[in-house]
Amino acid sequence: MKCEELLAMLNEYVDGTVDPSVCEEFEKHMAGCNPCKVVVDNIRKTITLYKAGQPYELPVEFRQRLHDVLRKKWQEKHPAP
Amino acid sequence: MCVPFSTETPDGQLVQIAKAGDLAAFEALTDRYEQRVYSLALRMLRQEQDAEDVMQQTFLSALEHLDGFRGESSFSTWLLRIAAHEALKIIRKRKGLVTVSLEETTEERGGYESVPHPEYIADWRQSPEQLVHKNEIQRLLDEALAKLDEKHRLVFLVRDVEGLSVKETAEVLDLSEANVKVRLLRARLQLREHLTQTLGDPATRLIRSHDHAP
Repeated sequence: MKCEELLAMLNEYVDGTVDPSVCEEFEKHMAGCNPCKVVVDNIRKTITLYKAGQPYELPVEFRQRLHDVLRKKWQEKHPAP
Repeated sequence: MCVPFSTETPDGQLVQIAKAGDLAAFEALTDRYEQRVYSLALRMLRQEQDAEDVMQQTFLSALEHLDGFRGESSFSTWLLRIAAHEALKIIRKRKGLVTVSLEETTEERGGYESVPHPEYIADWRQSPEQLVHKNEIQRLLDEALAKLDEKHRLVFLVRDVEGLSVKETAEVLDLSEANVKVRLLRARLQLREHLTQTLGDPATRLIRSHDHAP
């Protein structure tokens, strides 16, 4: 496997959806190619870092207003019999 | 806020009950996904007021068109798709464009051959677990994201940050799965490049041999 081919399969390898035989090729290549090994490691860390970002909390006041708006709209759409 | 439905009630069931006119069922669905919709909107737009507008539009639209939801995709994918479309409308307006070109470009038709090669290759000095607590890290992450092409950034946000599958990402952004994969790869490689320039240990920097082919 060449470096270019590894690059093309990077997503699948990192996401764990790659064929076992391709996976083997991948790991064989990385065992003998430090740059590729480091790139794969960097990518994993990049994704982890972004995933670990703080979730944005829905502002309480806004949430309340939203629910009020939705309730009102619902009642317009489904008027009480 | 008390909702008479358990968190285990499947979405599909709540949808059916809501379609029959039950507000509490609709509110249960809203409760379930509002955080996620907000998170996606805010990440896409990076502005609170706009994200709130998208939230409102999304749930109003879901309310209006609930009858048209036939369960071909999951409810959450359907909802996130509405949210992504609403957010894209705002992005378009900001750029003064009529359409944001999310369509396939010539470079993408070339597939993986045109994917950028890593230039700066070095081990990071710290692990993500250590980095995530540092003050400056969020700014660095935002900076790197801002450098991406819009269409790559969006795929990365939906797939890697929000955690949707490739298939769901394709549905939410109206792309082919193949397109999602190529854009995702570009995004990941570009982000890696940018972050490694700052987070990489220059002492461990490696130069790729372009003739290498075992």
